[in-house]
Amino acid sequence: MVENRPILGVISHLVLILGVVIVALPIWITFVASTHDAVRMTQVPIPLLPGSHFIENFKETLFGTGLSSSAGAPVWRMLLNSMTMALMIAFGKISISLISAFAIVYFKFPFRMGFFWMIFITLMLPVEVRILPTFEVVANLGMLNSYWGLSIPLIASATATFMFRQVFLTIPDEMLESARIDGAGPMRFFWDILIPLSRTNIAALFVILFIYGWNQYLWPLLITTDSDMTTIVVSIKQMLEAAEQSPKWNIIMMTALLAMIPPVFVVVAMQRLFVQGLTETDK
Amino acid sequence: MLKRVHFPASALPYLLVAPQILITVIFFIWPASQAVYQSFLIEDAFGLSSEFVWFENYQVLWDDDQYFDTFWRTIVFSACVAVLSMGAALILAAFADRVVRGATAYRTLLIWPYAVAPVLAGALWVFMFNPTLGIFPYMLDMVGIDWNHYLNGTQAMMLVIIAAAWKQIAYNFLFYLAAMQSIPRSVIEAAAIDGAGPMRRFKDFIFPLISPTTFFLLVINAVYAFFDTFGIIHAVTQGGPANSTTILVYKVFNDGFIGLDLGGSAAQSVILMFLVITMTVVQFRYVERKVEY
Repeated sequence: MVENRPILGVISHLVLILGVVIVALPIWITFVASTHDAVRMTQVPIPLLPGSHFIENFKETLFGTGLSSSAGAPVWRMLLNSMTMALMIAFGKISISLISAFAIVYFKFPFRMGFFWMIFITLMLPVEVRILPTFEVVANLGMLNSYWGLSIPLIASATATFMFRQVFLTIPDEMLESARIDGAGPMRFFWDILIPLSRTNIAALFVILFIYGWNQYLWPLLITTDSDMTTIVVSIKQMLEAAEQSPKWNIIMMTALLAMIPPVFVVVAMQRLFVQGLTETDK
Repeated sequence: MLKRVHFPASALPYLLVAPQILITVIFFIWPASQAVYQSFLIEDAFGLSSEFVWFENYQVLWDDDQYFDTFWRTIVFSACVAVLSMGAALILAAFADRVVRGATAYRTLLIWPYAVAPVLAGALWVFMFNPTLGIFPYMLDMVGIDWNHYLNGTQAMMLVIIAAAWKQIAYNFLFYLAAMQSIPRSVIEAAAIDGAGPMRRFKDFIFPLISPTTFFLLVINAVYAFFDTFGIIHAVTQGGPANSTTILVYKVFNDGFIGLDLGGSAAQSVILMFLVITMTVVQFRYVERKVEY
C-alpha cells in the first residue's frame, strides 16, 4: 500500500466481501437446497439456511434411485464416466503434445513446418463450429457411446503443443550438447532431461485440462445416447427437464453439487498451478 | 523455432508427430472441410440425394431476417457479458490490489467459479430465478416486478447474461489482478508523492497501464460468449421464449440436429469459423506487440 488511508482500507475489504458473497451465493443456495427434503423445497420462500437432510440426500443421490427413472444411470456411474473422460483428455492431450512439440523443436525433417501449421489450424476450430461433420466421423468410426469417442476428438489441440514448444525453446542448447557428448539418444534425452525440466508446466496444464474435460457439455450430449455413458454434467440438463414434472430440487441440487466438487477442488487445492496454467496456455 | 543444436532427420520425428497429426486430420481438418463442402449442398427432405448449389445456402441466410436478428442478438449478448463480468472483475481486482492482508484468501474465494461447468452455472441460476420457487422472483415480487423468464424474452436474456458473466468473473479477475500487480510500485508511489489520490491514480495510471490486458480480455470474453455459453443457454432457456435467447452457436446446433437442415447449418458453421479465425488472428497480433513495462 502506498499511503495509509484506514477508511479506504475498510471500504476495500467491504467491497471484496460483497464480491465474494455475490460470487458464492449460487453455491450457497445449491448447498442449502441439497440439505432439505423434497417437500420443503417446494414451499415458497425456499430456505436460506441448511437443513438436516444432507446425508440422506447424499445417499439417495449417489446410490439410490434418485431421479433414475428419468436420468437413467445412477449418479456414481456418471461421476465415474466424467472422471474417466476428464483424465483421458488430460493425459492424452499432454502426451501427444509433448512428443509432437519435441519433434518440432528438436528435429530437422522435411515438412516440419507443414506439420506445425496443421496443428496451428486446430486452434481456430472449436468443436462447436464443426460439430455435425465431427459427429458423422465419430459415428462412422463406431465410436459413439464409448470413452474413446468422448475423449479423442477433444484431444488434439494446438494450445498444449504451443505451450510445450515455448517451454522447450527456453531450455539451453548446452543441455542437448552435453547429453549428446555423453552418448544419449533422442528418446533418452526426452525422458531424462526434457520431461523432468518441464514437470511444473505439465502439472499446470493438467489442472487446466482436467477442468476443461470435466466440464465438456455439447460433445458428450451428442455422442452418448446410451444412458450408461452419460457424464454428470450432461445429466443436470435432463434432471432440469424432469423437474418440470416432479420437482425434486433437493436431489437435483445435490447432483449439481457433486458435479462441481471435483473441478472446484482441483482449482482451490492447486491454485498456484492453476494460475500458472491459465496464463501460460492462453498467451 | 528450431533449436540451433538438433537431432538429424530420421523416421523418429515422423513417429512423434504422427498421433497428433492423425487426430488433427481425422477430427479437425476433415470435418471442417466437410462443413465447407456441405455448405454448398442442399439435401432433399429424406436425406437421400443432395444437389450442389454453390452459394445458395449463404444466399438464404443473407435474405433471412431471423439470421440477422440472431447475429445482432449474439453481439448484444457478448457485449453485455463482457462489460458486466470485466467491470465487476476490474473493481474487485482494483480493491484486492490495495489490500495487503488477506489478498490471497480473497483470490481463492473469487476464482473457483471458473471450475463450474457452464451448464451447471445455468442450472444454479435458473433455480434461483425459478418463477414459482426462486429466491429472486420472490424478492422482486415484493417490489412489484413480475419475473417469468419462460414467458418474457427480455428477462430470459438478462438471466443468461447474468449466469454467463458470473462464471467469467473469476477469469477476468485473475488476469486483472496479475496485470495490476505487475505495475512497478515506483510508478504508483511517484504519482502518490505528486499528490494523486487513489481515484486519480487508478484513472490516470493503473487503468491506462493495464489496457493491453483489457484488450486481451475483450477478445477472450467475446470468444467465450460466442461459443462456450452453449451449455448455459441450453440449460436455462433452450433459445426461447420465441428465439429471444438464440445465439449463433445455438442456432447451428438447433438447425443441424433438431431441424436437420444440414446445408444451412453447415453454412452457419463456416461463417462461425471465419469469426473464430478473425478473433484468433486479432488475439495473436496483440500477443506479438505485447506491451512490456
